Amino acid sequence: MSIVVIDSGGANLASLQYALQRLGADVIVSLETDVIAKADRVLLPGVGAAGAAMTRLRSAGLIPVLRNLRKPLLGICLGMQLLFEHSAEDETDTLDLLAGRVERLPASPALPAPHMGWNTVSARRTEPLLAGLQPTDRCYFVHGYFASGALPDVVATSDYGRSIAAVVRRGHIAGVQFHPERSGAVGATILRNFLNA
Amino acid sequence: MLAKRIIPCLDVRDGQVVKGVRFRDHRVVGDILELAGRYRDAGADELVFYDITASPQGRSVDRGWVERVARVLDIPFCVAGGIRSVGDAEAVLNAGAEKVSINSPALENPSLIDALARRFGSQCVVVGIDSETTVDGYRVHRYTGDPERAGDAGRDTPSWLQEVQDRGAGEIVLNCMASDGVRRGYDLTQLRAIRAECRVPLVASGGAGSIAHFIDVFRHAGVDAALAASIFHSGELAIPDLKQALRLADIEVRI
Repeated sequence: MSIVVIDSGGANLASLQYALQRLGADVIVSLETDVIAKADRVLLPGVGAAGAAMTRLRSAGLIPVLRNLRKPLLGICLGMQLLFEHSAEDETDTLDLLAGRVERLPASPALPAPHMGWNTVSARRTEPLLAGLQPTDRCYFVHGYFASGALPDVVATSDYGRSIAAVVRRGHIAGVQFHPERSGAVGATILRNFLNA
Repeated sequence: MLAKRIIPCLDVRDGQVVKGVRFRDHRVVGDILELAGRYRDAGADELVFYDITASPQGRSVDRGWVERVARVLDIPFCVAGGIRSVGDAEAVLNAGAEKVSINSPALENPSLIDALARRFGSQCVVVGIDSETTVDGYRVHRYTGDPERAGDAGRDTPSWLQEVQDRGAGEIVLNCMASDGVRRGYDLTQLRAIRAECRVPLVASGGAGSIAHFIDVFRHAGVDAALAASIFHSGELAIPDLKQALRLADIEVRI
């Protein structure tokens, strides 16, 4: 099985790669259209800004490739946000694979932004990525922009002064706002669920 | 609900974890990978590796161990020490660190914060502030890892806090210097004052000596995380015991 992590230029490429390797997976990091189009599993990581990430995907010719994928795709953090129509970060038009827009998290001393740390994830419906998890399990989040938990493709939410999309899915397209590669044993379970999907 | 974070800080010198009292007289407490694994297993929420020799000596952090740590660690970790350019930060982040923390280099060149935030996003950029209570209020200190060069940075803490947030810092570690290493508790007065001005996550540092100190800092200073070193390295306080006590005190933690 070929597992490809898209070289989206973000800073969490290495930690995602190591996390998949700890699960025994052979991982290819690539920005090449034919490698990604033929992959059995595609992961779209991302740490950084939406504008720069979209520019990188566009100049690599990856936007039609991602829109036409038939195999499971998992967006992580910014990678999840890019699945939506638009991001307020750099006012960027994103991949438009899911309905909805990504907004900025307001910051205050009572509710600092970025939303940073370990939060619980509440499933709205049965989601294969979350198989084996308990309601008390926590995942590691770091993000300053968010998609609303009320959007139609949101399958699990987290609470941070408002309902935030934590896991999204539409068919073979899925995404997680948190970092499974940095979420301990819980994150490893989620990545294993994705590889076994 | 978001959990309060417990962050052991591992001061690194020449590839070994060390700990000093009030920033001086460092002694070796263990191997990086071994301690990182032990804290991960004990339930640490995050780790900070601080190369205490790197910044004063004007050299960058030795990155060999960053990658070794990233390969085994499945919780976030932050690297501090001697990061003075976008290139330095990129190397550490590409090796697998979640965040970089800058302190003296930010004081020398504040626009480094803007450059790092633009390139990697604010969430990767932690600014460490060593702050001392003086007759003139809270003052920022620099080069605190080097007794020869340590001293007042010429700024007061509240205005520096404002500036680093405006420039794109995604998290603040406030080290209250009079408290550091002496374990009489976090400086709640100062942390509360800074919390009121801080709209990014705030990490308390310096002074943890008992479970009660952690309960106090979350209850009375409203910080997002508490960082400590010697109380964990000495084996005096085990993280699972600390977290159980925090939970009994109705403080949200990851167990």
